[in-house]
Amino acid sequence: MVENKHQWKAWIYLSPAIVLLLVFTVWPIINTLIMAFSENYSSLAGVGGQTFQFGLGNFTKVVQYKGFVTCLKNTMLLCVLTVPLSTVLALLISVCLNAIKPFQKLLQTIYFLPYVTNSIAIGMVFAAMFNIIGNISSESSIITTAGIINNFLGLFGVEPINWINAGSSYWANITVMVIYIVWNALPFKILILLGGLQSVNKQYYDAAKIDSTPKWRVLTKITVPLLSPMIAYVVITGFIGGFKEYSSIVGIFDVGMGPAGDHGRLNTMVGYIYESIKNQQGRASAAALILFGIIFIVTMINLYVSKKKTHF
Amino acid sequence: MKVELQNLTKIFPSRNKKSNEEVIAVNDFTLTIPDGKLVGLLGPSGCGKSTTLYMISGLQKSSSGKIFFGEEDVTNVSPENRGVGLVFQNYALYPHMTVKQNILFPLQNLTGKDKLPKNEMIERAYEVARLVQIDDLMERKPNELSGGQQQRVAIARALVKMPRILLLDEPLSNLDARLRLQTREEIRRIQKETGITTIFVTHDQEEAMSISDMIIVMKLGVVQQVGKPQDIYDDPTNLFVAKFLGTPPINVFDGKVQGGKLYIGEDAVLDVNGIDDRDVYVGIRPEGFVPSDKGELHCGLNNVEVMGRDVSIVSTNAASLNPVVRSIVSSEYVKTIAEGQEIVSYSLVPHKVFIFDKETEERIYF
Repeated sequence: MVENKHQWKAWIYLSPAIVLLLVFTVWPIINTLIMAFSENYSSLAGVGGQTFQFGLGNFTKVVQYKGFVTCLKNTMLLCVLTVPLSTVLALLISVCLNAIKPFQKLLQTIYFLPYVTNSIAIGMVFAAMFNIIGNISSESSIITTAGIINNFLGLFGVEPINWINAGSSYWANITVMVIYIVWNALPFKILILLGGLQSVNKQYYDAAKIDSTPKWRVLTKITVPLLSPMIAYVVITGFIGGFKEYSSIVGIFDVGMGPAGDHGRLNTMVGYIYESIKNQQGRASAAALILFGIIFIVTMINLYVSKKKTHF
Repeated sequence: MKVELQNLTKIFPSRNKKSNEEVIAVNDFTLTIPDGKLVGLLGPSGCGKSTTLYMISGLQKSSSGKIFFGEEDVTNVSPENRGVGLVFQNYALYPHMTVKQNILFPLQNLTGKDKLPKNEMIERAYEVARLVQIDDLMERKPNELSGGQQQRVAIARALVKMPRILLLDEPLSNLDARLRLQTREEIRRIQKETGITTIFVTHDQEEAMSISDMIIVMKLGVVQQVGKPQDIYDDPTNLFVAKFLGTPPINVFDGKVQGGKLYIGEDAVLDVNGIDDRDVYVGIRPEGFVPSDKGELHCGLNNVEVMGRDVSIVSTNAASLNPVVRSIVSSEYVKTIAEGQEIVSYSLVPHKVFIFDKETEERIYF
């Protein structure tokens, strides 16, 4: 503890952070609460000095809005599909990375690259890769596009699939999104798991070797349990990130949040909040609080499960 | 199972490429360990004893030489297939498993014809647990156990698969003094009961002396002496072995042989026939001193330490290479020491006196 007479020093050191937090985190949170519970909130009128009645109207409107169910469904679906998949893949990749000696640092760097790459830029590349092959006629011209994925599948005689363009199916869209999000989520998870692996006492593996433990058993009975705190961490942060999915969809489908001709089909919770922010701040705030509530509950469940399953 | 090491050598390549300083951790180690014995590998840290142990386990590959278990050449057999049990210095118990799961783990790895039915596995686990007296701790996690209990679990885990050879790496170093005494008796008892050839590594000579059937003293990768503990103590082959074994340690003096007499300083202490005149090191065990008025070796008396049955006399001698000369004598002697006495004279027990060459530090017999 800091002695009392020196406390003011501590406060001075802390003040820049505190001021920034107050302005950019605490006040917006309070403001969100106020806006969410204000009936018919409008920022213009609010600036004009109008006061609003307390009420749950914003929440009812959000829940009744038919697009809201789509957003909720898309968000949940992407979470449930991508978090386990990316965690398992990250685990396997980090175990492999940890096992190889030459080029380990180089490969680590390569696997980490997506983390430092802008997700919109990655999305544009993915959009190009998943383009269909064929002719799209528009009013003025006929464009022929070919994506590397369809070209590659063509080598095995697979008919070109309409992944993301106009007329594509919902599940084709989701497949692309899952691949993209998993790929984007891998580096961080690999980083954490690899760090965990490298701090595991090597003697456990020597002991396992002496006891003629098969490789898969070493993985499931020793590595995974010893890594369980890190796995719990990446799963929890993965779910939190997954519920906030937005920019990845923008990256591939643009702000339309869906293939041409079917805008909004892939909209997510954050996407909905973003759309509403312009002239329905009340609803946006209410939706943000609902999202917070969902994330809170899911995280609590995660923590509860991981407490039972992790070993330290 | 008999263990045979033939010219076993381990060379670690130099770490940085500029210097070519290889480290020879174990140098040309040849030895046969008879079946069913408890063998101590003894030496100061960095002498290659752990490396030897890990080569026997297979976790370290030997650079050259051969290892036989019985008649089988296991030099190129991987550790999984050697059938050894290894107790690590830090026990390496799996922290997420209970004691029972830890002990069962090696059994659950068995496949093919060795595979056991589940109830038999549990039976075997309890059997070894009873042997090491931890059968009441089976549901605990390792972090809920004391160091000594963890040690027993580690031994149980190594024993449960009935290894051909049991290896222990510094088994007592993580235990406190009292527990160490108790545990080393336990290890002796367990080894006797199972009859498994056991090799353990230690830097503590007392530990090695007290429980081993046979000890191997190593220094800088080279075996110095192999034999029964008492034989090595009574008959060391060189100065290093003489200094390494025994508490309190042996007293070493600068001395010389002249005309068939051994001199320490000006005192002619022993008749040594058959050694040419030369400078030597003289090692005298603490129990080799007999205080006597007519004693030949004169030392300055510092103080007398009474330790119950025995008395330790701390004295000084200009020729001594140790800071003080420490002798252990019968407590009767205390009464004969007069107040203000400054000189103490000893006669020596010839078979407690060893003479070593100044250059090679090898023993010169007389």
